[in-house]
Amino acid sequence: MRLNDVLSFAWQVMRGYRGRTLLILLAMGIGVAAVVAVTALGEGARRYVANQFGSLGTNLVIVLPGRSETAGAMPGVLVGKTPRDLTLEDALALRRSHAIRRFAPLIIGAGDVRVGARRRETPVLGSTAELLEIRRMEMAQGYFLPEGDPRQSLPVSVVGSKVASELFGARQALGEWLRIGDRRFRIIGVLAKQGESLGFNTDEIVIVPLAAAQALFNTEALFRVLVEAKSREQIPYAKEDVEEIIRLRHEGERDVTVITQDAVLATFDRILRALTLAVGGIAAISLAVAGILIMNVMLIAVTQRRREIGLLKALGATGRQIRLAFFTEAVLLAIGGAAVGLIVGQLGRNLALQLYPTIPFQAPWWALVAAPATAVITAVLFTVLPARRAAKLDPVQALSRR
Amino acid sequence: MIRLTGIERTFVVGEEQVHALRGATLEIGQGEYLSIMGPSGSGKSTLLNVIGLLDRPSAGIYELDQRDVTGLSDDELARMRREKIGFVFQFFHLVPRLSAAQNIELPMVLAGIDPTGRKPRLNRLLAEYGLEDRAGHRPDQLSGGQCQRVAIARAMAMNPSVILADEPTGNLDRHTGREVMAVLERVHHNGGTVVLVTHDPEIGSRAHRRLRMIDGAVVSDEKS
Repeated sequence: MRLNDVLSFAWQVMRGYRGRTLLILLAMGIGVAAVVAVTALGEGARRYVANQFGSLGTNLVIVLPGRSETAGAMPGVLVGKTPRDLTLEDALALRRSHAIRRFAPLIIGAGDVRVGARRRETPVLGSTAELLEIRRMEMAQGYFLPEGDPRQSLPVSVVGSKVASELFGARQALGEWLRIGDRRFRIIGVLAKQGESLGFNTDEIVIVPLAAAQALFNTEALFRVLVEAKSREQIPYAKEDVEEIIRLRHEGERDVTVITQDAVLATFDRILRALTLAVGGIAAISLAVAGILIMNVMLIAVTQRRREIGLLKALGATGRQIRLAFFTEAVLLAIGGAAVGLIVGQLGRNLALQLYPTIPFQAPWWALVAAPATAVITAVLFTVLPARRAAKLDPVQALSRR
Repeated sequence: MIRLTGIERTFVVGEEQVHALRGATLEIGQGEYLSIMGPSGSGKSTLLNVIGLLDRPSAGIYELDQRDVTGLSDDELARMRREKIGFVFQFFHLVPRLSAAQNIELPMVLAGIDPTGRKPRLNRLLAEYGLEDRAGHRPDQLSGGQCQRVAIARAMAMNPSVILADEPTGNLDRHTGREVMAVLERVHHNGGTVVLVTHDPEIGSRAHRRLRMIDGAVVSDEKS
């Protein structure tokens, strides 16, 4: 039997039993679409997190005061004893490392920001000029904090776009003065809109020179130091250098925690990948169910088409040809269902993208390959039994009954 | 051409052994027109199925075209059926979703003949059996006589050594039955071998050689 004839025979069967064909296509389609949609969600979440970390800056090493005995992963949730503060002098000492490109010490506090009669409680960040590069922030207007000695307190500030619009409305913020507590700062720059990244919104902050923030909050202690390594390969060396330099300065005590962004990202990546695989696997169960449906339908077909199978045998069809006819039908149904599923899955993805434009939904390539492949493989596996039964049918008995 | 020697066929029905054929011995030559008659259960259909290689004898030797076919595998038997046997059934057994032309083509498709080779043979068969204007019709759009003509055309598609017809008129009215017999007899006139199972004496007596079977044995063999 020629391949073309095998295909057209199966095609005739599928057309002849239309309701049955549509049901199988539906079941297979739902299975494949579920796998595609669910993995697209998982992969979207993974990429979302990766992007968020990327927007924090690259090759980042974060130094926190205090040492947590049980090593955690998230900055901010770490609660450790702080026997010794992390100071600006500690940060400046990091210049000695060759693995470090730049660093920005950071102080953070809540400030009562006032312009005329308007006041607003916002996070106030004390840092240096390097922060702009490290955090990949962009300016909408003016300049960021000036370079120079971080010990020097200049009365200048940079404000986030939302702070600017809320305090000044439609008025130009650049060049104006604002008060934080009892100090006055001239606004020398407005940050470009960047939105939230990992719970920290740069649109809603005011940035002042480090020394000014130290005076404002009356503290020497740094919240943390953001360190940028020279390259990805240099990250471990940068981490080692930071630990060593600060240990020496802290009388041999390892009392800072150093987190690399890579390690955190890798952890998230692993978790979300595993999650995607797991939910994809669960969705794949529906494919197995569709496979069982195919087996069922094929078993019914063997009974329903007894006479036809008997006839084919009388006309000289070998057992192999009859098995081939059944397998071809199953594979065509699976491919058709997979195509329907891929299309529906993609439509679902597009819909999700419309609803949540910030999350990059995209089914991973392995799911796009594995889902149709699983559909075809289950279809073939579950057709083995019906096809064998058909091939073994006794033609005399099959033909004798009306 | 067909030589059966001491063919036995026993079935086990429940705990009982049923002898459908008891030592049937028979020789059918090229171009013969032979009818097998007998009461129901006399084994005539079983004999036909054995000749058509659909059923395997329990004992005895069957030679088809000088070849012993009793020991052949299922697939070899299928190939023999494809090349040498044409079946015509009481209930036509056409594939309902295929057109008349596609039904006639089926044996050639199973034999792997390519479409360019099938086309002229199909057209010749359609013309020969007066089905040209019915080629695209499905079986449910054809009359009983037309269905049986399609079935005969299908049986002739591979130019078989023998046509085996099991009650070909059993499901047709008298007039249409005669028409179908005329078609089968034309096959015989053109040199084909026809073996016919029937319990209608009028139809059976038209054959040139008439077998009578009772209880699985051939009891008479008349020639005219």
